[in-house]
Amino acid sequence: MLRNETGPAAGSRNERGQDLETVQLISAAGERLSHPEFDPWVADVTEAQLTGLYEDMVVIRRIDTEATHLQRQGELALWPPLLGQEASQIGSGRALREDDFVFSSYRENGVAYCRGVDLTDIIRVWRGNASSGWDPFEINMATPQVIIGAQTLHATGYAMGIQNDGADSAAIAYFGDGATSQGDVNEAMVFAASFQAPVIFFCQNNHWAISEPVGLQSHVPIANRALGFGIPSLRVDGNDVLAVLAATRIALERARTGGGPTFIEAVTYRMGPHTTADDPSRYRDANELEDWAAKDPIARVAALLQSKGLLTTELQDAVQAKADAVAKEMRAGCINLPDPAPMDVFANVYSTPNSWLDRQRENYSRYLAGFSTASEGGK
Amino acid sequence: MMIKEFKLPDLGEGLTESEIVAWKVAVGDKVTLNQVIAEVETAKAVVELPSPYEGIIAELHEQPGTVVEVGSPIVSFEVASEHETDDDGGTTAADGSPDAAAGATNDGDAKAADETAKRIPTLVGYGAEVEKGGRPARRRRIRSAAAPALAPNGTAASATAPSVDPAAAGTVVRPEAAAGGLGTTAGQRPRSTPPVRKLARDLGIDLAAVSGTGPNGLITRDDVQGATRSTGTAGDQSADAAVGPDTVAVSNLGPRNADRETRTAIKGVRKHTAAAMVASAFTAPHVTEFLTVDVTPTMELLAKLKASRDFAGYKLTPLTLVAKALCIAAGRQPSVNSRWDEDNNEIVTMNYVNLGIAAATPRGLLVPNIKDAQAMNLMQLSTALTALTDTARAGKTAPADLSGGTISITNIGIFGIDAGTPILNPGEAAILALGSVRRQPWEFGGEVALRQVMTLSLSFDHRLVDGEQGSRFLADIGAILAEPGMALTMI
Repeated sequence: MLRNETGPAAGSRNERGQDLETVQLISAAGERLSHPEFDPWVADVTEAQLTGLYEDMVVIRRIDTEATHLQRQGELALWPPLLGQEASQIGSGRALREDDFVFSSYRENGVAYCRGVDLTDIIRVWRGNASSGWDPFEINMATPQVIIGAQTLHATGYAMGIQNDGADSAAIAYFGDGATSQGDVNEAMVFAASFQAPVIFFCQNNHWAISEPVGLQSHVPIANRALGFGIPSLRVDGNDVLAVLAATRIALERARTGGGPTFIEAVTYRMGPHTTADDPSRYRDANELEDWAAKDPIARVAALLQSKGLLTTELQDAVQAKADAVAKEMRAGCINLPDPAPMDVFANVYSTPNSWLDRQRENYSRYLAGFSTASEGGK
Repeated sequence: MMIKEFKLPDLGEGLTESEIVAWKVAVGDKVTLNQVIAEVETAKAVVELPSPYEGIIAELHEQPGTVVEVGSPIVSFEVASEHETDDDGGTTAADGSPDAAAGATNDGDAKAADETAKRIPTLVGYGAEVEKGGRPARRRRIRSAAAPALAPNGTAASATAPSVDPAAAGTVVRPEAAAGGLGTTAGQRPRSTPPVRKLARDLGIDLAAVSGTGPNGLITRDDVQGATRSTGTAGDQSADAAVGPDTVAVSNLGPRNADRETRTAIKGVRKHTAAAMVASAFTAPHVTEFLTVDVTPTMELLAKLKASRDFAGYKLTPLTLVAKALCIAAGRQPSVNSRWDEDNNEIVTMNYVNLGIAAATPRGLLVPNIKDAQAMNLMQLSTALTALTDTARAGKTAPADLSGGTISITNIGIFGIDAGTPILNPGEAAILALGSVRRQPWEFGGEVALRQVMTLSLSFDHRLVDGEQGSRFLADIGAILAEPGMALTMI
């Protein structure tokens, strides 16, 4: 039966005819599993670096929680939580070089943290304070894309530019399982394959496209979709920071050495709502949430550190202090953001002078002046 | 210690209200930052509210089960102030909360009774479709309890009725319903602009009672200010007038019970103006000509001058440039700047221009003039015009400024008007009316383009000025406005 062979329940096959496995280097219980293909890619990760990855994940979870609170307190208009996806974001974000370029969706605030974004800049857009939180070229990360999947085209185009420049950097596009059903993502993969562009399609399969389960969107593992475009794909446990790190490094190496694009499916889970305006309890089973809570990305690294005798009280206190400090700084930055002036809407629209915009600016300033109580005219 | 109020935020995207499901804290409880203090249900989700402050709960403004509008205070905190004084906080009003709670409940009932099952506009978009079942059940329960009380005769609203009949809602009369009965005013908001609407709100003027004099009936700032003067603070009365069917015809003229006519003594400026206009109209045979000009280059020149350092601080308007153009053109057609001296049987041609500017002042129409305007450069003209209009508007124009004028300008463009037939200031041979500058499709370079266009209207005294001179004079002004460089060929 063909259906059974290709269905999600059966072992699917990649282009080399092997079973498509979900690679795991740290089990949910925190044991270090060995994997002949992936192990060499993380062999250089020291205990200190593993501790660093742990700290990163704790910190971005704290950023996420604080931002969620800020939204509930009326300080942010909206927030898309990343709770549960910390390993996918930190494992991939920390694999990148400074000269690589990130094209993300709105949920990759953990990746932005890895890129060194200013904490206030993370929430600037969500407070409705600016159209873009940061200068993309300062941290080599584009303004997060709200249009589902559109950033994959931007990433592919940028990667073709890298090719033209003859550079060895790479572009990485972050998107979700739902985005793989979008035309933009499919078109991006066509171009990436045709031109063998140095781009990584990093899909965080968090199982829910808002309220639509992944099983409804795709009757094959998401990673298999890439094969139809001739793009090699990897499927990793997205809650396993080491597996994600290894997979991203493999893909980066391929991109840097002229091997073209790679598709990575990081299988993870969106523990929170789609955004703060969503209520997942209306459409998903509480048992599912419980199952995934048992696979928590931070808890398993904590357990691994524990087994190595690294999870000392001092470490935990230090990590907690760091997370609290970051949250405090972000909250203060958020609450003290000055409201933009009405005329600021004309800033950063075009990089060069534009007469249409100048006219609009002039009209609008006249319009605003109409609110002043001083009466004009009447000669 | 100080009191901080927490207002219900928009917890979703564009929600206008939420229901307090439960409080997780009580008055007097100590809370930490981000501690969960309440459970709130929006149209989209049930969410937990984390405390925005560290402190003590001073007051809970709303009871569980209440639907609260976004922006209403729901809880007050006692938080440490910067100076950390050990104030006893006697104003915490904790003792007032039972009363406040009772009031809130009543308000809630009234609000629920007044509610109809229609789309509630949200802050973003049109709002969610009205749900037929499910979550709003709690709200419906309140309504079904309240409806019978309001409709004792049972004409409306069995317990399952989704909405309350407005007639059954007793004294609650909806403005929409009342206005709908009139037919003529229903559904149409008077045309105006946001700044004008704000002015009207500030002044307490109901725009429905103001007739617009702007393009297509647009209500202008002046219309609103005019309404203030004519009706005083007639916000409420005019609303009444709009409802009363017997006074619809005069609804924009004032209170319902006022006289249908107002008698004003003819005196002062009005009397003088009337006499002058009659004298002018029946003494000087008026001819009026119109010329519509693409003044885009003039507007560009103005923009350049405004941006230049030399003109910083000067008020430059199209009027300034027209005044200058008029002086130049008058030099080439002296007859427009002449006077009919009946007594001496002579025509007096002036070799100077005392340029009159028609000004709407609190006292009425005045035409003060700028002496020897022909000798002035643009900066001097600008200064003189500003001083003249400021003085006139303040009602302080000196008699000397009002006499001795030789030719006049009236700027009807500031009222949004294009053209008209101005009446000569008595004793003068010509008067030029400036229309408003509009962006219009206009022939430009062999194609149709959006250009800034103005109509000039010139009236002249045919005893003194023939069609040729009047036309050349008007054409010269038009030529300068269409291409300011043309002035070089005329001086």
